[in-house]
Amino acid sequence: MAARRRRGSETAGGHLGEALPLERKLALYYWMRLTRTLEERLVALYRQTKVVGGLFRSLGQEADAVGSCFALESRDVMSPLIRNMGAMLVKGATPLEILKQYMAKGDSPTRGRELNIHFGDIGPAGTTRGFLGQISPLGDMVPVMAGVTMTFKMRGEDRVGLVYVGDGATSTGAFHEGINFAAVQRLPLVVIIENNGYAYSTPTAKQTAAKQFVDKAIGYGVYGEQCDGNDVLAVYDCTKRAVDRARAGEGVSLLEFMTYRRKGHAEHDNQSYVPEGEIERWAAENDPIDRFVRVLRDREGVRAETLAEIDARIVREIDAATDEAERSGVPHPLDALVGVYADPPAERPLWFREGADVSALGQERPEGWGTWDASKGGAR
Amino acid sequence: MAEITYLEAIREAIDEEMARDPNVFLMGEDIGAYGGAFKVTEGMLATYGEPRVIDTPISEIAIVGAAAGAAHMGMRPVVEMQFIDFIANAYDMLTNYVATARYRAFLPCPMVVRGPSGGYVRGGPFHSQNPEAGFIHTPGLKVVYPATAEDAKGLMKAAIRDDDCVLFFEHKYLYRRIKGVMPAGDHLVPIGQARTAREGTDLSIITYAATVHKALEAAERLQQQDGLSVEVIDLRSLAPLDDEAILATVRKTHRVLIVHEDTRTGGIAGELTARINEHAFAHLDAPVLRVTAHDIPLPYAPSLEDFVLPQVDDICVAARRLVAW
Repeated sequence: MAARRRRGSETAGGHLGEALPLERKLALYYWMRLTRTLEERLVALYRQTKVVGGLFRSLGQEADAVGSCFALESRDVMSPLIRNMGAMLVKGATPLEILKQYMAKGDSPTRGRELNIHFGDIGPAGTTRGFLGQISPLGDMVPVMAGVTMTFKMRGEDRVGLVYVGDGATSTGAFHEGINFAAVQRLPLVVIIENNGYAYSTPTAKQTAAKQFVDKAIGYGVYGEQCDGNDVLAVYDCTKRAVDRARAGEGVSLLEFMTYRRKGHAEHDNQSYVPEGEIERWAAENDPIDRFVRVLRDREGVRAETLAEIDARIVREIDAATDEAERSGVPHPLDALVGVYADPPAERPLWFREGADVSALGQERPEGWGTWDASKGGAR
Repeated sequence: MAEITYLEAIREAIDEEMARDPNVFLMGEDIGAYGGAFKVTEGMLATYGEPRVIDTPISEIAIVGAAAGAAHMGMRPVVEMQFIDFIANAYDMLTNYVATARYRAFLPCPMVVRGPSGGYVRGGPFHSQNPEAGFIHTPGLKVVYPATAEDAKGLMKAAIRDDDCVLFFEHKYLYRRIKGVMPAGDHLVPIGQARTAREGTDLSIITYAATVHKALEAAERLQQQDGLSVEVIDLRSLAPLDDEAILATVRKTHRVLIVHEDTRTGGIAGELTARINEHAFAHLDAPVLRVTAHDIPLPYAPSLEDFVLPQVDDICVAARRLVAW
């Protein structure tokens, strides 16, 4: 049960990652590049005020999201956090869905009810893609994923769950209760802590007194492992081991991915709290896509033209998705009233929205209205 | 048919639904081998086994969160808060996650969160609460709070079959004091329907849970001593409210007293008064009055608890003032 520390590197990467065929390695490149290019497109749309709310980037964290989700089977269920758009893409979310979500379109996955990548598609294996939409209170998805994976165990289904949290969410009660509950129940759940250095503006040193988050695995009595989150093959390797353990009935794993958040909490955040030069150093020395390109080029002999073709294909896909998303309409206002409950299926608009006449108010005027006799009584 | 208690009626409902639907399962603290702090789930572990009767760590967030996850996947969890006071620990999970699930993400969340509630039992500040108002305020949750054994059973069965999350408040003062004969067959009480507990013409008392019995006692005394005909409406469901039944009794008696055991400020009496004002102001012959607990954390000593909570005498005082208006 002891926590293991493994640090991947450009030359290591772990044997499971190394063993992936070139075609799968190129797929990893595709998903990482798609994540980055799609986010860059969203920045452009944000600056054109076409993105309705805030914009959240995962710049510099593409390897941890993509490499980990790549270790899941299609029947498995994954619950992303705000910097796991890459994981969602791997699990089958489309750029079109994400663009429509950010632009609050009426035919977006949540019909304009929820923000950004807060959407999902879970249910039976085979008919659903297996990602569960997050909510904003952090840590909450850990207990929920404990419940999802509990059903796998109850029904004897060969399915595994994976849930992402940030370094900040480890401080919540929900995280603690959820992982402890899952550990006691020995559920097939992989919990990933993406340690990217900051929770909004708060550095990890102000989040925990633990030397490293993976040490918490010992306290929960679960398997723990740490890896270089910017090495996509190491991330895959580490996650695959945990997924295999879960599938074999060996219970919960707690993984810590060491990475770095190069953008602010959201696009509005000027990162004034970050020490000078820190972001630039990570960008220059430890960009996960640059690192993987070197691996593909130097170790796999992939030609620059091959990657350029993938890049061009991604731009074409995102261009087409952007055009289509922009053509979509806004939600009809009355759609706001539908679907809070299964029964009743919709709420009624309030009277002042129906027109301010008395019948719309529902106020009844019985016989004798206005004839009330003040002599009968009054306030005491 | 023999009479059974309010508590046994709840157990019978859960048992019938577990037998009927293999997707129904139970989670909570000490609910398995021990049968629950009040023994509501006694015998369930022996009957249905461990996968369907799960003893959990002391983790209300995890209990409710895991129930939601299981509900998304087609299960129908029924989870116990050992005392309903501890539902506060799961407030975020219920209001932010569960209540919004269908609306924001089209995720079904059929689950029941149940637990012993209410005072009059010398339980002190953390074993006596009535936290319903905080949840009634949250769109996406349903809330029921039965006063009779028959309703306890029928509403529990309806709650388990409901496709959304139902908070099921059980009044612990009534657990073993109230009995009833269960209707034959598959006894369901629809959520959202009030019940006329006593017919009357001079004034209406609208209430729910333990104070239904206080109101009935007061009504009998007012009949005997003052010759007043008092109607008592038992709301049974607090979300959704039965507006038709509320307005019907206003139209009938023109005088309304709202009684609840919950504290006054922000309690459901304020919401009922507002609805009556909006829809039936002209039917009123007097302002709507309310008898509630004082705005005080519930104290332990009998003399203190009795002072803070609404009593039969208080209801009689308010009813007499209402008819003298």
